[in-house]
Amino acid sequence: MRKQQTVGGEGNGWCLITPNSGAILLKGAAMALKTKDLLAIKGMTADEIKLILDTAATFKDVSERDIKKVPTLRGKTIINLFYEASTRTRTSFELAGKRLSADVINISTSTSSVVKGETLIDTARNLEAMKCNIIIVRHSCSGAPEYLSKILKSSVINAGDGFHEHPTQALLDMFTIREKLGRLAGLTVAIVGDIAHSRVARSNIHGLTAMGAKVRVCGPPTMIPPGIECLGAEVTYDMDRAVEGADVVMMLRLQLERQASGLFPGVREYARFYGLNTARLAKAAGHALVMHPGPMNRGVEISSEVADSTAVILDQVTNGVAIRMAVMFLLSGGTKAEA
Amino acid sequence: MSIREKALILDKTGIERALTRVAHEILEKNKGAGDLVLVGIQRGGVHLSKRLAEKIRQIEKVDIPVGSLDITMYRDDLATRKSQPVPQTTDISFDIQDKIMVLVDDVLFTGRTIRAALNSIMDYGRPKRIQLAVLVDRGHRELPIRADYVGKNLPTASREKVEVMLVEDGGEEKVVILGE
Repeated sequence: MRKQQTVGGEGNGWCLITPNSGAILLKGAAMALKTKDLLAIKGMTADEIKLILDTAATFKDVSERDIKKVPTLRGKTIINLFYEASTRTRTSFELAGKRLSADVINISTSTSSVVKGETLIDTARNLEAMKCNIIIVRHSCSGAPEYLSKILKSSVINAGDGFHEHPTQALLDMFTIREKLGRLAGLTVAIVGDIAHSRVARSNIHGLTAMGAKVRVCGPPTMIPPGIECLGAEVTYDMDRAVEGADVVMMLRLQLERQASGLFPGVREYARFYGLNTARLAKAAGHALVMHPGPMNRGVEISSEVADSTAVILDQVTNGVAIRMAVMFLLSGGTKAEA
Repeated sequence: MSIREKALILDKTGIERALTRVAHEILEKNKGAGDLVLVGIQRGGVHLSKRLAEKIRQIEKVDIPVGSLDITMYRDDLATRKSQPVPQTTDISFDIQDKIMVLVDDVLFTGRTIRAALNSIMDYGRPKRIQLAVLVDRGHRELPIRADYVGKNLPTASREKVEVMLVEDGGEEKVVILGE
């Protein structure tokens, strides 16, 4: 459960009734996220997702300018607390914070007190004692960011927790799809790979279905969690069927570190059945987007030819900064009541 | 909250006349349209800046560049507002270096929007001069800022709200004072 705050969405938009135009929302109308934290896509409404995507569209322009900095979060402190390896996500959050003029501190646990045995909660409390405003957490335990959010006054942003969710990744994926195809509702999105261990897949299933898209998940039966249909996704073990007519093909990274656990017989066989190559992609819609959250295993889940020619993987990375700026902006503003 | 229209300040004709005069004043003060660029502040100023450019085109037979500016990211009250407006587009696709820039907004009130706009402009370049045109100046300044061109000076109480409605927003065109 995310924290519900007593912040109305009324902003300072006044509603005026005029005889000829009915009710109109006057200029200055505003919306807000009702939470202090961003922990999961599950439970978010289509309006909330749309608010983040719309806000991100304008923040994208900031990164295109000569002076890639706006003073929006001047004086705020943001801490990147990463208990798992990351290049893309950590850099993206760091750039997002810096382009909003916040001070961003990175903590990688291998060089911190964590190696001395400090617990997650103690580390977080100590960081908060130094008056930070937003803590961005990546942790291998599902639910770790939510746990912190209940104890800390700072905003907590989930940057990926275990096999649970990776909300900003799903938001940037939806942003990229909407930017390239103009809409989300009514699209068919195939998500292919290790669904069971993918927080990216879970966040995307929640987000895409909330926005009215149809989601197909596909992978070897050992990598499809039982009951995933309950989230509103269609399941198939046949990649050709998953890709057929799809508007978006989202490939997940094959987590090679799990090879020893016997979930799949071998990399070559996996690539043959579940790899995306030009021939398979031809079965998708003509305008189909190929996406990948990175890092890619070229020649395994995605062929180099597809990755370098048709994929929008680098657009996803560009948009990631804009999405994270929008989330920080929306969580920072406003006089949110203490929970 | 029940809001009602307390007074009609300008009707469609009044707005047109005010804009025509402001367009002439801009040209008079700057001795023509050379080096002139207009930038409308989101959202109220954007339509007005396009209209002023059209009037200047009719008078001088030249097209001047028109841009739009959103100042949300430069606001000084993010932490105290209940919620933020969704930022709108900033589109200044022309060079502003050494130009005479006229910022256009609908209502001048505390001056804080203009302060934010000035800071924002500095991130895009260094105009030779920045001037300010507003349709309504309602007073209650909180900063040492004044307009160079004013469509209508309007004394108000700070609790009142001045609303500029334009046909571009869909609906009747008028300037009204709203109150409880």
